[in-house]
Amino acid sequence: MTIQEAGPARPEARAGGARLSMRTRRALWVWGFLALPILFYSVIRFYPTLDAFRLSFTDWDLMSTPEFIGVENYARMFGDPHFWQVFRNTFAYLIIGTPISLVLAFTIAFFLDRVRFAHTFIRALYFLPFITTASAMAWVWRWFYQPAPTGAINSFLGQIGLAQIDFLKSTTWALPSIMVTAIWAGLGFQIIIFMAGLRAIPQTYYEAARIDGVGEWGILRKITLPLLKPTTVFLVVFASIGFLRIFDQVYNMTTNDPGGPLGSTKPLVLLIYQTAFSSYDMGYAAAQTVVLFTILLIVSLLQLWIMRDRA
Amino acid sequence: MTAATATAREARPLPMARLRPGRIVTWTVLFIGGVLMVTPLLFMFSTSLKDAGQIYDLRLIPKEPTLANYFEVLGDGRFLRWFLNSSLVAIAVTLSNVFFDSLVGYTLAKFRFRGRQFIFLAILSTLMIPTEMLVIPWYLMSANFGWLDTYWGIMFPGMMTAFGTFLMKQFFETVPDDFLEAARIDGLNEFAIWWRVAMPLVTPALSALAIFTFLGNWTAFFWPLIVTTSSELYTLPIGLTSFAVEQAIRWEMIMTGAALATIPTLIVFLLLQRYIVRGVMLAGLKG
Repeated sequence: MTIQEAGPARPEARAGGARLSMRTRRALWVWGFLALPILFYSVIRFYPTLDAFRLSFTDWDLMSTPEFIGVENYARMFGDPHFWQVFRNTFAYLIIGTPISLVLAFTIAFFLDRVRFAHTFIRALYFLPFITTASAMAWVWRWFYQPAPTGAINSFLGQIGLAQIDFLKSTTWALPSIMVTAIWAGLGFQIIIFMAGLRAIPQTYYEAARIDGVGEWGILRKITLPLLKPTTVFLVVFASIGFLRIFDQVYNMTTNDPGGPLGSTKPLVLLIYQTAFSSYDMGYAAAQTVVLFTILLIVSLLQLWIMRDRA
Repeated sequence: MTAATATAREARPLPMARLRPGRIVTWTVLFIGGVLMVTPLLFMFSTSLKDAGQIYDLRLIPKEPTLANYFEVLGDGRFLRWFLNSSLVAIAVTLSNVFFDSLVGYTLAKFRFRGRQFIFLAILSTLMIPTEMLVIPWYLMSANFGWLDTYWGIMFPGMMTAFGTFLMKQFFETVPDDFLEAARIDGLNEFAIWWRVAMPLVTPALSALAIFTFLGNWTAFFWPLIVTTSSELYTLPIGLTSFAVEQAIRWEMIMTGAALATIPTLIVFLLLQRYIVRGVMLAGLKG
């Protein structure tokens, strides 16, 4: 029973003091349980959010007092070609990375779902990269991408007689090279979620379709994909947010020139990091975080809008 | 809903069970793909067992394997320190989340009180706020309170999460009210009812939450990078980055460091694979 049910109409009229004090006691428990969490969310989540907005309207180097400058930070940002380069890079990670990783993850999950022999073992092979530390793996990939004879990929290209590629030193190759690392790191999670989604589809649907003579391709298009829509939408949003917030891989793979060469791999979060903690331009960095917040908010709202008929 | 369907499916007959050659091809392709997925890990371990003279020899099984790199990397004690730092931070944050997220989730699921919906929506809305937006205010807060470069400084932002609270609320809603009411009649206080009656009924969710929180904090990079400045306080990922930068082109040493950072999670995974995969499925579908 709950507090509300405990007093149907007029509890005080029915039972007097004992009833009332029980209600009060339970209310005390509730607010006792919630006291510390309310304090935490107010001080560590809501206040900093408002503070970030406030700081975005100030000019502040961390030493002097913040000076209110209106929307100057935003004007400066939107007029800065470097910001737009970073903006394009961030969306390049998102727009190329998300579809590639989702198509790969779905294909693997679809077939892995049907494999029985050594199923757990093969699933573990795909899942392992997900639980590794991104910074450690970024260095392994960085080593792979080195010129021959150090880097495995270029050594292999050399052996089969192909030209060397300056993966991390070329403005065309660096971003895709880092993106491969990020796709690799996130694939295992997406495969597991797709498999969970596939298993949630009732078996009878497939049986009915098969009795009606629908082929495998038809089943995939007419049953599996439509019923998997919630899972797919969740993963699209999850992967998009991941790519929009990419940082660990880029930072570790370009430590000698963060976000380089020539800013060609720099995502928004790395720009924020540099503005705040290398240049100590706190107000400007706060304005950049507001832009990131807005982009992520739009992505989340799009998800709610796409899923609106499900609630 | 999903937990039930997932288990119900274990026994289902396979759609392609009859297509033998197709099955073998599918299996082989998946197997090769899986091996490709772990290739970076294999090369990392292989190179960590080679001395500097052998690193251009890209064979997977080292000709003369040696543990010398491990002795050198572990020799100055920094990695051990970072390992302990990461363990301390990840364990403390996980315990805090398991306690507070489930307490709040339980309260929101099992009590009716004025302001319940408001508090739930307020907590849920923090899911929309990215960490990156909060780090600047957190940094200033830490500077004011002297939390920079301390364990508490690394831990405080993650002590409770909306994700965990939401997950636990979903699960506590499935706990029948009768159980709690019976405990109330037995004279248990509300805290004891939560801790001794309700909590044991949601252990799958608790383990999922614990695994997620632990892994997330063990591999966390952005905030620890900002808040720590002295090597003694680095967590493993930050320590590894500083170590790799310092080693420059000594790739066998960098691979050894990367291997040392990866081995603990691999051990945890091998021991708890079943729970981890189930936890990811549970959290992914509920979240």
